[in-house]
Amino acid sequence: MQKNHFLGKLIGLLILSGVLVLLGTLLGSMGPSWNMQGPDQTVLFDIRLPRSLGAYLAGALLGLAGGIAQSLFRNPLADPYLLGSASGALLGVGSILCFAYLGNSWLEIIGLNGGAFLGALLGVLASLLLAGGYRSSLRLLLSGVVISVILGAANSLFTFIRPDLFQSIQSFMLGNTTLLNWSGVEMMAIALFICLLITLIISPVLDALSLGENTARTLGLPLDQLRLILIGILALATGCAVAQTGLVAFVGLAAPHLVRKLSGGRQRVQLIFSCLGGGILLLSSDLIARTLFAPIEIPVGVVTAVLGGIYLLALLRRTPAGVRT
Amino acid sequence: MKIRQLNVYRGPCAILSDLNVDIPQGKWTSVIGPNGAGKSSLLQAMTGLLKRDGSITVDDVNISSLTQKDLAKKIAWLDQASNTSDEFGDSLSVYDTVMLGRLPHQGWLHLPSKIDHVVVEQALQQTDVWHLRQRPLQQLSGGERQRVLLARLLAVDSDILLMDEPLANLDPPHQADFLKWQGKLLAQGKTLVTVLHEIHFALRADHVVMLNRGKLHFQGSSQDPATHQALIGLFDGRIHLEKLGGDWVALPN
Repeated sequence: MQKNHFLGKLIGLLILSGVLVLLGTLLGSMGPSWNMQGPDQTVLFDIRLPRSLGAYLAGALLGLAGGIAQSLFRNPLADPYLLGSASGALLGVGSILCFAYLGNSWLEIIGLNGGAFLGALLGVLASLLLAGGYRSSLRLLLSGVVISVILGAANSLFTFIRPDLFQSIQSFMLGNTTLLNWSGVEMMAIALFICLLITLIISPVLDALSLGENTARTLGLPLDQLRLILIGILALATGCAVAQTGLVAFVGLAAPHLVRKLSGGRQRVQLIFSCLGGGILLLSSDLIARTLFAPIEIPVGVVTAVLGGIYLLALLRRTPAGVRT
Repeated sequence: MKIRQLNVYRGPCAILSDLNVDIPQGKWTSVIGPNGAGKSSLLQAMTGLLKRDGSITVDDVNISSLTQKDLAKKIAWLDQASNTSDEFGDSLSVYDTVMLGRLPHQGWLHLPSKIDHVVVEQALQQTDVWHLRQRPLQQLSGGERQRVLLARLLAVDSDILLMDEPLANLDPPHQADFLKWQGKLLAQGKTLVTVLHEIHFALRADHVVMLNRGKLHFQGSSQDPATHQALIGLFDGRIHLEKLGGDWVALPN
């Protein structure tokens, strides 16, 4: 019904995304540079461009995962890290760092990114197992909380045994975009394409859930199977993002809220806009993180938390009580 | 629709047992009973939502043999209003909400066809909410919301419509409109089954099924004196029936 409005908003968000990627390529902690020749070329195309695109894609993956989590669990406070993926990823990184000195070739092959990805997936899998399946959202959410606490405790043990790892783990926890490269960009682009495509196809199940789970079932939707696929996508998108950028705070929670007013309620539109909103939030935060106190960079997770938090507070104050954001 | 030796379970407990009920095709059947009698559970069992044994057949076809999608096309169900309000929800528009009723007819991409848009428009017009079509559901009053949910039910375009307390939140003019919609649907050959607490409305139906504590208490024509006696017995003689303007009204003693 509101196709023209949708296209206008989509084009607006895409233009904003393009401008931010351009700014991310031209600006940096070492000051602006737009010389396409010599050493600047390396800085622009091998460091800043993959970093900007990578930050955008990681934000988009987290925005998509946050949108899915909030709609699937019918909870505006749900975020992608809810099902144990964050603590799993942290444990994965902690394990690799802790045991790397053993010279195990498998640990070297997996690497920090692989460790974070596998850890995130294992965290979600453990939550599913503890919940006894995926049919009860409440059990799944509670299991996610329990798994997060247990894995968090295991990770604390690593830092207790190896205090020298504290700074590396802290850096992962605050989010880090400085190590993004072209291979990470490629991986996240493929993951985003697959996750978004599947989610958009099955998104009507999320619309139908607004009528209650029973009503959704009577509309002929294979709810259990579709819910499992959505949890799989949630885990994959989160795992890919945290493997590349660490545990960037607040993007998955804030992005769906940032765009909710634009989307008009339909999940198909809401999830596309959540992707774009997540990308814009993370990339703009990254730009601020690397230029605000240049040449010193501050952790991007600190900026996303401050920016997202301020916006959500403003949204809350503007919204009358009883009306959903 | 024929229900034979039906047992319905919530968890390990049987909430309906050994039920044998006939739902006449193309007629309006009211399910009546005190709180906890199993009225809503009967409707949910008929949509395949609850675990059951025994048989439910439509046109001599057991609904257990139908795919989820075919069952959804055949039997549409309206839940109690209190179960369909979603505090988080999303700001889905009235039009998009009613379009959800077309999901059983759509392909795997769930893209609405021209027919889907025509059916949705008709349903919105029929329940008098066409003018609200662009408003988000969360901005509607309880009565407007209920009419939208009824439109969503109509949009399924199934032969059998099950409605659990469809008059909830409706003001008297729209309750009267509901009776007109029922008449139109019956004229189209639809089979209607309603759970109603408003006994005077329930007695407007063609057929009445009375449940008590998970068992069949009585079933029969709404105009049959034996049905009226059974109804008074269902509520332990605490009501009596009087004819008012040609319709039966239940009054407390």
